[in-house]
Amino acid sequence: MQTDSRPRTLYRKLVDSHAVAVLDEQNVLLFCDLHLLNEYTSPQAFAGLEEQGRGVPMPGQNVAVVSHIIPTHPVRLRIIADAPSALQASNLKRNCDRHGIALFDTNDPLQGIEHVVAPEHGMIRPGMVVICGDSHTTTYGALGALGFGIGTSEVEHVLATQTLVYRLARDMRVRVDGVLPAGTTAKDLILMIIGRIGAHGARGFVVEFCGSAIDALSVEARFTLCNMAVEAGARGALVAPDARAIDYVLARAPDMAGPIRDAALEHWATLRSDREASFDVEHVFDGREVAPHVTWGTSPDQVLPITGSVPHADRQRDDAARRSAAQALHYARLMPGAPIAGTPVQHVFIGSCTNGRIEDLRAAADVVRGRHVAPGVRAMVVPGSGAVKAQAEREGLSQLFLDAGFEWRQPGCSMCLAMNDDVLADGVRCASTTNRNFEGRQGRGAITHLMSPAMAAAAAVTGVITDVRELETNRG
Amino acid sequence: MDDTHRIEGRAAAIRIDNLDTDQIMPKQFLRGIDKMGLAAGLLHDLRFDAAGRPRPGFVLNQPGGAPVRILLGGANFGCGSSREHAVWGLQQYGIEAVIAPGFGEIFYSNAMNNRLLLVMLPQDDIDRLMADADEPVSANIRIDVDRMTVRSASVDAAFTLTPRHRRMLLEGMDVIGLSLTYQAQIDAFAAAHWARHPWLKDVPALTRRRLDDPKRPV
Repeated sequence: MQTDSRPRTLYRKLVDSHAVAVLDEQNVLLFCDLHLLNEYTSPQAFAGLEEQGRGVPMPGQNVAVVSHIIPTHPVRLRIIADAPSALQASNLKRNCDRHGIALFDTNDPLQGIEHVVAPEHGMIRPGMVVICGDSHTTTYGALGALGFGIGTSEVEHVLATQTLVYRLARDMRVRVDGVLPAGTTAKDLILMIIGRIGAHGARGFVVEFCGSAIDALSVEARFTLCNMAVEAGARGALVAPDARAIDYVLARAPDMAGPIRDAALEHWATLRSDREASFDVEHVFDGREVAPHVTWGTSPDQVLPITGSVPHADRQRDDAARRSAAQALHYARLMPGAPIAGTPVQHVFIGSCTNGRIEDLRAAADVVRGRHVAPGVRAMVVPGSGAVKAQAEREGLSQLFLDAGFEWRQPGCSMCLAMNDDVLADGVRCASTTNRNFEGRQGRGAITHLMSPAMAAAAAVTGVITDVRELETNRG
Repeated sequence: MDDTHRIEGRAAAIRIDNLDTDQIMPKQFLRGIDKMGLAAGLLHDLRFDAAGRPRPGFVLNQPGGAPVRILLGGANFGCGSSREHAVWGLQQYGIEAVIAPGFGEIFYSNAMNNRLLLVMLPQDDIDRLMADADEPVSANIRIDVDRMTVRSASVDAAFTLTPRHRRMLLEGMDVIGLSLTYQAQIDAFAAAHWARHPWLKDVPALTRRRLDDPKRPV
């Protein structure tokens, strides 16, 4: 709503350009360009609309994906055996049909994880506000879109009004210069950042990432980065859209041609923080310091470089940190002082909205090529979407994984949150490319170590948490 | 005074930082299409062992006394997943307020939308409230939402809420209904927005149509 020429951050520009009304000092009525829905956080929202006799006035701005409850067994016709989950899927279809909302249903060949499906078909565009009943909606900052997660009450609000009562966040800038060393990825970078600033270090903020290390990241790597900003508590993450981001979108959005494309390019060039814009908090990291990172505990900020050792609870900075560390060490069954490398794993999971895209699968394949899953390890690859799966199959990656002893599964959220039947047993230790190592997340008593796809692949072939830099990778 | 203005009852301390919504309401309780039955899932793995037996050491399982109405939590309570089921489950269990040094952002909004009071207080106050809650004789806490104060045997603290959140808690606003009074402005905004940025209109609908076209190049 601001019309004067005070310098603004990219975040404020996105809010201002979507503010239908200023409600009070803290809140605006924010227009939502794209609303993503899934089967488990939307049912009560649709039911609420019906109770109130309300409709969906702008269904064309909404899209739904069956992603969380869907089984990933490698069968062509996917049948949801669990009755309540099947009802969630059929209920989503019923709601989408009733309101005229686009749907990626259970057996759609393009079905997948909502945050993989939406951008890969050109639905996410710079300058958008994207909202979803899922916390990892921060992913879309990678394309210069303001994305964030909401609860079901707010899903109902967006359905009914195509807007949200939005509480303004504060501005944080995270600058990372320097080239990330070989063997490290955006996953290692964001794990390192979360470790340094803490699981609520960005709470209340929208984080803009910048610097030469960020510029050098691919768009898919930026998805990983922005996806996990929420694990530091961020209410959003942004990377100003550059040529790389714009090329990514234009390659996937054939409707953007001619004068529309030209007008969009002109607008997208303005999507950056003004030089004089001020941030409430700034952090600076050196990209050259990034090592492969692995979580040891039950919060994403309980993380170590792969060369590190399991911490001692009694050496933490305060009572709360000592208590958290002691509880996490007990849950994770780790010995303080022991090197994290060499810890045996029984399961490896490669997938999720964090690391289930084609570049992630290629990175894992480069490690797996010429090797085999270690004895006693069950390893699975769950592509982020049908399109990712098809691409990997065309590139021969699926066969490579299968030949190496991996399971090659159908797409979905799967073992990231274990809402379907991909659930780990008590005490099973998993090298996982997902985003949360919470207690019980992958199954009651299961132990999650978050890491990059290459690191997870290294754990799969060695059977222990391994520094991928010590394995030669074999590029195809 | 109306009982939305005052919350009083037994408090229980859960000394866990970053108590995420996965722990507050685990995945197996998220498979409904309504909001029913979530009290059973609340803090499930903390309350029950793998065989489903109550874990006697957990604070909510301790016998005697009145039902717990107020939880005292650690830093970043309710972080993680956006699942509103966590808030519904707390309320269905009988929790009327959570007091912690800070809350996950989405959880906070979800709580306000359901009129679950969240009170942020400094760690020192929380520590003393927890110590009071540990003793049955001093486990009662009184929260006055109108005056925004928390009182226990050894704590008399003030907290803040934004005027909007305070109204939501006290009056139970129909947020969607109020936003719908802006319908004309929303329509005008959208028309101008799409005139300026036509590439943002109906993107999912048009994308779905394009992907469904049998002549689409793969």
